[in-house]
Parts: sequence; C-alpha cells; structure tokens
Amino acid sequence: MNMKLIAACIAALGMLASSHSMAKVEGDTITLGAAVSLTGKYTTAGNHTKNGYDLAVKRLNEMGGVTVDGKQYKLVVKYYDDESTPARGAQLAERLIQQDGVTFMLGPYSSGLTKAIAPVTEKYKIPMVEGNGASRSLFNKGYKYLFAVLSTSEQYLAEAINLAAEQAKADGMSPADLTVAIAVENDPFSLDIRAGVIDMVNKHGMKLVVDDKLPRELNDMTATLTKVKALKPDLLVVSGHSKGAALATRQVEQQQVNVPMIALTHCESAAVHDAEKFGNAAENFLCATQWSEKMSYADQWFGSAGDYAKTFEAEFGYVPPYQAAESTASVLVYANAIERANSFDTDAVRDALAATEIQTFYGNVKFDETGKNIAKPMALRQIQGGEYKVVAPTNWAEASLVHPRPMN
Amino acid sequence: MDNLLILFDAPVFGLQLLINGLLVGAIFALAAYGLALVWGVMNIINVTQGEFVILGGYVTFYLSNAGIHPIAGIPVAAVVLFLLGWLLYRSVVFRIVDRELFTSLLATFGLSILLQQLMNELFGANVQTAQTDFGTILLYDGLIAVPWIQVVAFALALIIGGVLVVFLKKSRMGQSIRATAQNARAARIMGINTDRVYAFTYSLNAAICGAAGALVVMTWVIHPFIGLTYTVRSFMIVIVAGLGNLTGVVAAGLGLGSLEKFAGFILGAEFEAAFIFSLLVVILVVRNMVLSKQRKYLK
Repeated sequence: MNMKLIAACIAALGMLASSHSMAKVEGDTITLGAAVSLTGKYTTAGNHTKNGYDLAVKRLNEMGGVTVDGKQYKLVVKYYDDESTPARGAQLAERLIQQDGVTFMLGPYSSGLTKAIAPVTEKYKIPMVEGNGASRSLFNKGYKYLFAVLSTSEQYLAEAINLAAEQAKADGMSPADLTVAIAVENDPFSLDIRAGVIDMVNKHGMKLVVDDKLPRELNDMTATLTKVKALKPDLLVVSGHSKGAALATRQVEQQQVNVPMIALTHCESAAVHDAEKFGNAAENFLCATQWSEKMSYADQWFGSAGDYAKTFEAEFGYVPPYQAAESTASVLVYANAIERANSFDTDAVRDALAATEIQTFYGNVKFDETGKNIAKPMALRQIQGGEYKVVAPTNWAEASLVHPRPMN
Repeated sequence: MDNLLILFDAPVFGLQLLINGLLVGAIFALAAYGLALVWGVMNIINVTQGEFVILGGYVTFYLSNAGIHPIAGIPVAAVVLFLLGWLLYRSVVFRIVDRELFTSLLATFGLSILLQQLMNELFGANVQTAQTDFGTILLYDGLIAVPWIQVVAFALALIIGGVLVVFLKKSRMGQSIRATAQNARAARIMGINTDRVYAFTYSLNAAICGAAGALVVMTWVIHPFIGLTYTVRSFMIVIVAGLGNLTGVVAAGLGLGSLEKFAGFILGAEFEAAFIFSLLVVILVVRNMVLSKQRKYLK
C-alpha cells in the first residue's frame, strides 16, 4: 500500500517535472494558448472570441497549416475558461505558460481581462496577439509583447464627430457652431471612448454641452436625457456596453428626445435594430463598428469580408459579430508572423509581429511601437429600415447618411 | 451650476424631472415592499431581491417572445416567482429565519450568486427588453414626455401597496404575519403556524418583486447581472422608511426617486448615486438625533 502511494507520488512528480519542459511545438503541432470567458458575464462575447479563433485554426489547417523551416505544422488552441474574472485570467495565463508550456498566447475577451493577462505574458516574454482588448491603457504601459489587431477605444466614436463636421460643412455651416452631448458609462473602456470624442470635439472647435458619466449600475438615464432635451445639441453620443445602448434606445424613444444625430456603440450586441424588441426606436442611429462584412478587405485565407461572413455562418449558424472577426484575424496575424520569423523562437516571432504589414478580411494590420493596429479605421453604420448600412468612412459607404434624423 | 439655471429659466424641465423621479421611484418602492416585510417579519435582509426582480423580467420577456402581450407578464411573473420563493424557502431560507443577520446575509448572498449564474446559463448574458407599444403621453409641445408604461407602473405600485396594507390588517394570513412579526413565540403558542407564515411572507416578497420585474423589462432593460441595483435601492428605501412600514416605503421610494433625478440633472449622472447615499447618511444622523431626544424625554 505504502509502496503504491510512493510510486504514485513519484509518478506525479515526474509528470510535473516533464510538463515544465514540455514544448508547445510537439511533432507537427503548434499549440496556442487562450483564456476566454465561457461562463460569467462575458459568456456571449467570450464564445464569439472562441468561435473566431476556432474558425481561423480550422481554415489554416485545411490550407496546410503553418510552414516553418520547410515543415508544415498544424495549429491547435488550448483553452481555459476565465469565468469573466481578471484574477482568474491572470492565473490561467500563468498556468498556460508555466505548466502547459505554451509560448504563443491569444488574447481573452474584454479590455479588463487583457489588462490582467498582459503583465503575465510580458513577464515571461511570451507574445500575445489579441483582438478584444481595446482600452488605450493597454498601450501606454510600454508592453513589448502585446499586439492588438483592433482599433483602440478612443477611436470608437471619434468618427461620428468627424461625420457631423463634414455634414455641417455640406449644409453650409461651420463645424464650430455644433454642440455635442456625451453620455458614457463610468468605466475605463467607455471613458476612453469619451476621451477620443472630446479630443475630436476640441479639434473641430465644437461645444460640449452635456458631459455625463452614467453610473455602472445604470438603470435609468432620464435625468441626462432631460438635459439633452433642454440644451438641444446637434449630436448625442452614448456608450455604455450593450446595456447602455439598449437603455438609450428605449429611453430616447420614450422621452421623445429629438437630436439630429445620435451615435452609439454596441448596437449589434444590444440588438437595437430588432423590431421585436425596440420597434423602430433606433432608426437612423449611428453605430460604431470595428468591422462590417460589407467592407472590401480580402486575404488569401478567407477571401473577402463577405466570404468570411458566409464561412462563419455556415460553421456556427449566425452572422459573425466583429468580436469573432477580430479574433479570427488575430490568429491569421500570428500564423503569418510565425511563417515570416521562420522559427519558434519567441523573440523572433515577436519581432516578426512588430514588422507585420498585411491585409486580412478584417482590415489592414500594421502595429505601431505600442502594439496597437494603426492601419484600420473604425466604421460607422447607420440603421436604415432596420438594417445596418456603412455610411463612414466615405470610401466604404454603401448608403448615404440620413441627416438629420426625422423628428417625431 | 449652469444646469440649475435651466431649471429656473424653464421650470417645465423641473416638472419632467419630478415626473420621471416619481415614476422611477414607484418601481423601486414596489421592489422594496417585500423586503420591508421579510426584514420585519423574518429578520432577514434578502440580498436576492434584485434577482427576483430580474427573474420576473425574464418571465415577461419570454411571454412577450411567445406572442403574448408583456403586460400579461405582471400576474404571470408574480405567480412564477411566488412558487420560486416557496421553493427557496423550503430548501434554504427556513434554516436562517431569526438567525444572526450575518448568517442570513451570507445565505441570501449565496442564493443571489446562484440565481445570477443560473440566469446567465439559461437565458444568456445578452441585454433584453420587451416592447409594449403603449407610446408616450406628450405635454407642453413634447417638452414633457411620460411613457404610458411608467404610468401603469406607478398606478400598480400604489394599488399593490394599498392591497398589501389592507391584506395585513384584515385577512387571517395578514394578521398571522403581524402577530409573528411582533412575537413569533407568542404567535406559536396562540396556534399560528409560523413556519407557514414565514414561507408565505417570503414567497409574497418574491411575487411582488416578480411583478416589479415585469415592469422593469417593459420600462428599462434587464440582464442577469443587473439585479444588485434593485437590491441596493430597496435596502435603502426600507432603511429610510423603517421596517414593516409600507406607507413609509411608498413615500421613501417616490422621494428618493425624484431627488435622484434632480441630482442627476444638476450635478451630472455620475453623482446620482453619491447624492442619494449622502442623503441616506444625513437622514440616518438626523433620525438618530431626533430619536435620542425622544429617549431623553422618556427617561
């Protein structure tokens, strides 16, 4: 009995020791590691992230995998569920790197989780490519191993201010005469969005008349909307994740707030275009998006953005939200960098990532020295007849802007 | 302070804020009735209050998806939540009646997490809302907008409050509840089945929360993790009103609701909660002073 126990202990120790040296490249397989939110409050978006990764891996493997030194390697992703909590995410990153020997990390969902994991990957000098952490606080810490394929949060709604300025000029007015109302949730991500909007408002010399920070436990924004009714701004900007988008849509209609231009984030995840939930309350709202399947980007893996959307829908049964698209793009960028590095050395791959300059179905990717993608702008889609139509930037516009919103 | 000037220049916006505040406060009061009862009768601070509200919202949401008008969700959610309340009482809550406050806090906190995660698993983390198509009443050239659904909520909050008061005064069960609240042991000696009274009180609380949730999903939005707002508000309202004081709950709900909207307008939305909590502290301090004066007088 005792002997058995000792033998078991030795075996266990042996396994522990061997797991340490276990490399992420075994035989002809490269293992990428990711902690994603499969339970907890980010479940929905976490699943989009995972589906995006899985689709990229599937497609890359179908096309022969990643070629290094003349040999073809298949990709697999090792997932853990971070339960939507940053502390758990950081633990799992440690585990992936320390115990599972993963040397290439993919990002989790949300800025909060990415913020928790980035210090870990940085500590072990493991590159991480992510598509779901947009907070600008990720890119002012001097991280060397973090690369983000998406547009950062301060860009989310800045384009709406530009659009309002363009529209003012077209109507023979000066952009400086415009007034703007901002209502964003009081969390780091939404405050980044606000900072980007305010920069742009100042740049055009516009006037900020409402600048409210909605509480996190937001359930009613009538006080802010009453202010908007009183001050009649030309543009109302709201951002507060899907809850903020849903609430704004509901209450703008209920309170009959007539603003010529209203711009939101998270329209898609809140489904504000859904007539069953909101009637036509969100008609002619502008919605910021990282990506749209109508855009004319293309790559050798998926073809055009539209082709990607079709492949994704065939695989998972729903239209890919941008969270999935940017996750897929992260894997593509990784595979491309490993091939160019032609090595599994983490520093060589890191340098190859830093030198990335490619187009994917998701958009162009080129990182600045902080690791954020500077080659892809945010797009604005307007809800027209219950459908999303790209209206800005103008080179992708598929419909012209309806401005001002018809008043009730 | 510019915003304060708007209220002087155009008092009509002040009226809008007052109306909004009263309508919002009514829904909070509704969520707080049951807490006042459960706390008063069973000495339990029910942290699952908010989850009951959200569950009521989901019942209504699924009814509305099935093609039934969401307004029918008010009674249906109440019934469903009554049953859930009964189930929770029989499985967990009966163990913590009249225990230390800390025990009941911990137990109901656990239940609240459990319910949140169950909702997340069953219904998904997406934000949901139900469309009533009731429209909005417009006054003063559209400067004042009053959504019909909130008028319904307001009326319902007053009606349910009234019915509860009568129920507690007149009905047999109501009398038993009051007797148990006064002295559970004496009530038992008098032949009242206090266990049944507790079960009923707890389920009644869940039912009222369910009805409130139906109104929440038609007025605002719900998702599995937004219940805490309603728990905290009902807790505050009950503290201001005093345990078991239903009229006080209505007054406190409406009062806090409208003050909150004025604070949000004048100071900015980020100070709504801060203002309300500071007000709570002031109320508690003042009340303590008044009470200690009365105590001196009694001596």
